[in-house]
Amino acid sequence: MTTTAPAAADVRKDSPGAAARDPRRPGRIRRIGLPYLLLLPALFLELLVHLVPMVIGIVMSFKELTQFYIRDWGAAPWSGLRNYRMSVDFDAPVGEALLHSFLVTIAFTVLSVGLCWLIGTTAAVYMQETFRGRGLLRALFLVPYALPVYAAVITWVFMFQHDNGLVNHVLHDQLHLTDKPSFWLIGDNSFYALLTVSVWKGWPFAFLIVMAGLQNIPGELYEAAALDGAGRWQQIRRITLPSLRPVNQVLVLVLFLWTFNDFNTPYVLFGKTAPAAADLISVHIYQASFVTWNFGTGSAMSVLLLLFLLVVTGVYLVLTSRGRRTSDV
Amino acid sequence: MSSQHASPMAPPRSFLWSRRIFLTLLTGFVLLPVYVMVSSSLKPLADVTGKFRWLPSGLTLRPYVDIWSTVPLARYFVNSLIVAGVATVASVVIAVFSAYAVSRYDFRGKRVFTVTVLSTQMFPGILFLLPLFLIYVNIGNATGIALFGSRGGLILTYLTFSLPFSIWMLIGYFDSVPRDLDEAALVDGCGPLGALFRVVVPAAVPGIVAVAVYAFMTAWGEVLFASVMTNDTTRTLAVGLQGYSTLNDVYWNQIMAASLVVSVPVVAGFLLLQRYLVAGLTAGAVK
Repeated sequence: MTTTAPAAADVRKDSPGAAARDPRRPGRIRRIGLPYLLLLPALFLELLVHLVPMVIGIVMSFKELTQFYIRDWGAAPWSGLRNYRMSVDFDAPVGEALLHSFLVTIAFTVLSVGLCWLIGTTAAVYMQETFRGRGLLRALFLVPYALPVYAAVITWVFMFQHDNGLVNHVLHDQLHLTDKPSFWLIGDNSFYALLTVSVWKGWPFAFLIVMAGLQNIPGELYEAAALDGAGRWQQIRRITLPSLRPVNQVLVLVLFLWTFNDFNTPYVLFGKTAPAAADLISVHIYQASFVTWNFGTGSAMSVLLLLFLLVVTGVYLVLTSRGRRTSDV
Repeated sequence: MSSQHASPMAPPRSFLWSRRIFLTLLTGFVLLPVYVMVSSSLKPLADVTGKFRWLPSGLTLRPYVDIWSTVPLARYFVNSLIVAGVATVASVVIAVFSAYAVSRYDFRGKRVFTVTVLSTQMFPGILFLLPLFLIYVNIGNATGIALFGSRGGLILTYLTFSLPFSIWMLIGYFDSVPRDLDEAALVDGCGPLGALFRVVVPAAVPGIVAVAVYAFMTAWGEVLFASVMTNDTTRTLAVGLQGYSTLNDVYWNQIMAASLVVSVPVVAGFLLLQRYLVAGLTAGAVK
């Protein structure tokens, strides 16, 4: 439906060159085909790596796929909705564990995204104007984000060690805050350990995005506000934060999706089986699939997770887009 | 750039003091693990097996020598370099083509394409890990092209992971390059591809660098697919680094040295190019 007007525009703006080079029709066909040709590699890869596997994953969730059928997964018997019923039967062990993992993941994600956003925004606003050492500080702050996940997280694993770690050395030996050295990577403390690492690793991304967003705020706004007698704090509240709204809309969504789906951090921090208090959903599903060799149930859980994320994203976009001008793409 | 000086008025003391306190605390939080990594990598083994020490009892470069023989780190390093390097180049080229098509042409299915590509960002990796594994194995059986366990399979996977964000960011960036420029090139007799490579790409260098940095970091740091889709000869650093801790003794000083060594290429590259990253994000993603 949208093709007629822009196509006409294309012909118009091309006509000086096109008329001289080519007869009209072949040129037009080539021009209409070109965008698809340009998109072809991306389309092929998205199909191969993202979309077809997703469809197969959905098919697998309706199958009784245990290790006996892994060589020829097509031969696995259909199981209807059994995998789904099992996943959401919260009175049985499998469903109960999934629900627990889901709730842990929600609590973790909300706290982590909130803290990452808060720290990142505060730092970016404080560093909006130049001061001595700002460039160095900015580079330093980006280091956690630039470090490969496994290198950064394994350093935290060392710091959280019971006997030879820095955290217990400081809290117990030096500050005497605890009666005896605590365990950080097993038991209830593991939630806070995971949260700490996640925030440490994630906040620079928020910092980076907000910093970029701040550069798009016109300086005249501040000058006008200053002429009106608005102080620094008022300028931040009246100009900076409202101007960041569109940036925040995308930033919070991206942070949410990345944190919710994060596999690398808990996997390197805890290994294949996470402690119950920090049993994030992605590791939980990985465990349900690869450790217990039950791929059908694992797939059903993944599909449920995807549905949840789709709904949340949809609702979020509808709610936050209200009152904003709708822009393309 | 005008917003660099946010206000013509000098900031109040409350602002300066709270800024000083906040940034100092944050610097401590950020640097603590970096300090642990660097200092522990220079410690003798006794220092990292006993109680934590802020200062080493003696400095040694021994861990930096031993890391190469405890596990075949050099091989993992080369594997990671090949995988991340090829994935980055391919991802950038493909993203440039796609973003150019979306930014400069109107065609049927454009919105479907951008929305689909972006929505793959919310897929949990775990959902397509096993299906992708099955696809690669089946392609291998059918055509003889070994994708599973090979670097090629990992390259395909990683380059697709970085595509959605890269395309999205470059669309924004290309949109900010005035159309008059490539229309002038078209009038001068360049084909559409000539206009892309002679006009749009040079004008979008910061955005392209930013995308390349992102793609390289994605490939260099991924753990989940690397741990399932590689074997002994194609293992990358993400998995290889765990080799130091599965042995009976945990050589924490070597782990820290190896972590530092594998981090240097990305961190150095990132910090050198971060100016472009901010510029690229400013013009592209957050506009």
